[in-house]
Amino acid sequence: MSVATAERTAASSTRPRATGVRESLLSRTGAMLVMGIFTVYFLIPIWWLVVASTKSSGEFLSSNPLWFADMDLVGNLKALFQYRDGLYLQWLGNSVLYAGVGSFLATLIAGMCGYALAKYRFPGRELLFNVVLGGVLVPATALALPLFLLFSKVHLTNTYWAVFLPSIVSPFGVYLGRVFAAASVPDELLEASRIDGAGEIRTFFTVSVRLMMPALVTVFLFQFVAIWNNFFLPLIMLRSEKLFPVTFGLYTWNSQLNQFPELRTFVLVGALVSIVPLVVTFLLLQRFWRTGLGTGSLK
Amino acid sequence: MFTKRAATVALLATVALAGCSSSGGSTEGSTDAADAGACAPSGGNVTLQFTSWIPGIEDVVKLWNDKNPDIQVKVQTGPSGNAGTYQNLFNQLKAGNAPDLGQIEYDALPNFRVQDGLEDLAACKDVVAAKDKFVDWTWGQVTLGTDSSVYGVPQDSGPMALFYRSDLFKKNDIPVPTTWAEYKEAAKKIRALGGYITNFSQSDINQFAGFVWQAGGQWFANDGSDWTVDMTTGASKEVADYWQDLIAEDLVSTYPAWTDEWNNAYNSSKVWTWNSAVWGANSIASGAPDTSGKWSVALAPQWNAGDKAAGNWGGSSIAVLKGSKHLYESAKFALWLNTSDEALTALNKAANIYPATKAGLDLPVLKEGVEFYGGQPIYDVFAQASGEVNPDFVWGPTMTQTYADVSDGFKSAASGKGTLLEALTSGQQSTIDTMKAQSIPVKG
Repeated sequence: MSVATAERTAASSTRPRATGVRESLLSRTGAMLVMGIFTVYFLIPIWWLVVASTKSSGEFLSSNPLWFADMDLVGNLKALFQYRDGLYLQWLGNSVLYAGVGSFLATLIAGMCGYALAKYRFPGRELLFNVVLGGVLVPATALALPLFLLFSKVHLTNTYWAVFLPSIVSPFGVYLGRVFAAASVPDELLEASRIDGAGEIRTFFTVSVRLMMPALVTVFLFQFVAIWNNFFLPLIMLRSEKLFPVTFGLYTWNSQLNQFPELRTFVLVGALVSIVPLVVTFLLLQRFWRTGLGTGSLK
Repeated sequence: MFTKRAATVALLATVALAGCSSSGGSTEGSTDAADAGACAPSGGNVTLQFTSWIPGIEDVVKLWNDKNPDIQVKVQTGPSGNAGTYQNLFNQLKAGNAPDLGQIEYDALPNFRVQDGLEDLAACKDVVAAKDKFVDWTWGQVTLGTDSSVYGVPQDSGPMALFYRSDLFKKNDIPVPTTWAEYKEAAKKIRALGGYITNFSQSDINQFAGFVWQAGGQWFANDGSDWTVDMTTGASKEVADYWQDLIAEDLVSTYPAWTDEWNNAYNSSKVWTWNSAVWGANSIASGAPDTSGKWSVALAPQWNAGDKAAGNWGGSSIAVLKGSKHLYESAKFALWLNTSDEALTALNKAANIYPATKAGLDLPVLKEGVEFYGGQPIYDVFAQASGEVNPDFVWGPTMTQTYADVSDGFKSAASGKGTLLEALTSGQQSTIDTMKAQSIPVKG
């Protein structure tokens, strides 16, 4: 999954070079070569996964790992979706819920916080901002166990909330939101809308959000990927497999391969299917994202 | 607004942590102990939480729930024990919301015991009375070497035998080895033909422990107050030296176990035998599909000709975790799950669980011939092996660490640096160090 991310960023950062200043043939060839090697390096695991997903478990072990043997992707998918009454689809749905709704709310909250920190003057503003910056430095993994004990006290472990609530917090989003709001939302515009009689909330949603859109899309994408790939938090919080997100569900199957080898095909096909929503999200939003990164770097 | 919330959360977190550590103290502990003494029905309807990672366990539990409306069991699940579920159980014990019942492998049970995570089932008459239903050595695994305590109900077992390619042995006129000396002779002949007799796994230390177990060795002992660790003398040394020779003479392959490379070595007939547990029957069938019908199973090679000793690799128990308010009901469910024909058949159907009861070994489903093994009724061999496992083998309280450290040494040994015995020596030392660091009384 992270491979897909890396591959995307690589692809999007190469674009300006092609239209930019012409460089010497040698350095262009060199650059192409390096990029070519890295592209292959990043794509081979995905290629392997695609090929492996089309094979029956027998052919998987006996045939060339990088080429197709018996095309049975449809059969494998069907088996995966039917296994244990569509448990996998439930996981996929959970992931979409955690990552989709979670990152939407995280973006909203982070955008509002960043905006407020950038545009309003109030005592303790810098202190608050520094605390948030400190939050960026604390890895989410380190917080999982304290969160578990905390959620245990209020009986929220093993519920949707246990994964959902921590996911809507994004210190990095606040940081990005502040930097971007400071650069892209002119104070004059805010004053104009105040003079026209718009309240602060209305100003934020009608004027500022549009100006901040590239940053918000970036925050959304980062958070979406972070929640989708978040593994440790569900591992610690969830016990009921109906609540699992797809990454954790696949991990539980994978951990049982020694004794239940028939799960292997499901793990492989499941991994392939699980990267599809990420790819789709990136394809749909990369236009915003690219302009966003570009704009940010120019200001 | 975000930051304020974050600060509150952080504050709450510290409070919660402090609260937890103080509540883990003596006051609550003593009341728990008083409750645990009694194994009486709670009265009224009871809901039990049960953690297990067996795929399809819900279907088995449903059989119970349908018949016992007053004792409903809810399944919690997760990855296999060492992949996360044990750590989760410890976290839950710390937070005071552990499930009533948990699946715990035999080699992890002492760890839960020394961390005070288990209820003693000796108070429950039915559990004590069920002792004779279980294969002797599995009962030893849940009493942890004590006379008066029972820390779980045995669920499944992994008696070991020899999986071998009967077609290749026959074609090349090599007799199927019945002793480890013959095994080495056969290894030389097979190597001359370009194959390997088996693969030495650098990571499955519990398999190696199974070899030591079969040879009559003991890694751990507990005299009631102190642990002793001995992984380097007697049978342990004999077994380590034997496999060290095979590795040094290039008579066994050393592929990392459970990888595609390893599967492929079996599937392509490069490796001829596997000393494994009963559940391994499935692993070969799925890992080496091209060799279907060509395998057979025999009793494991012996150290002394004419013996019938067997080792064990794997197996779990169902334990009642500390703090459960429903000892009686939990014990009742655990006994049903692991002794009733109905549950054992369902467990076998759902996940090939090989029962730990004497009667369970005679389940009709375990009497049938298996196609992958040329129609041989292979479970008869394992049933025989199960009766020959030494009942006195005890696991240590820090097996995860022991496995990891010995495995590091085995990996070096497999690549020619150091020996298996040296790996065991350093593994023993780090085990003792770890136990001391956890304030577990240990000699040496």
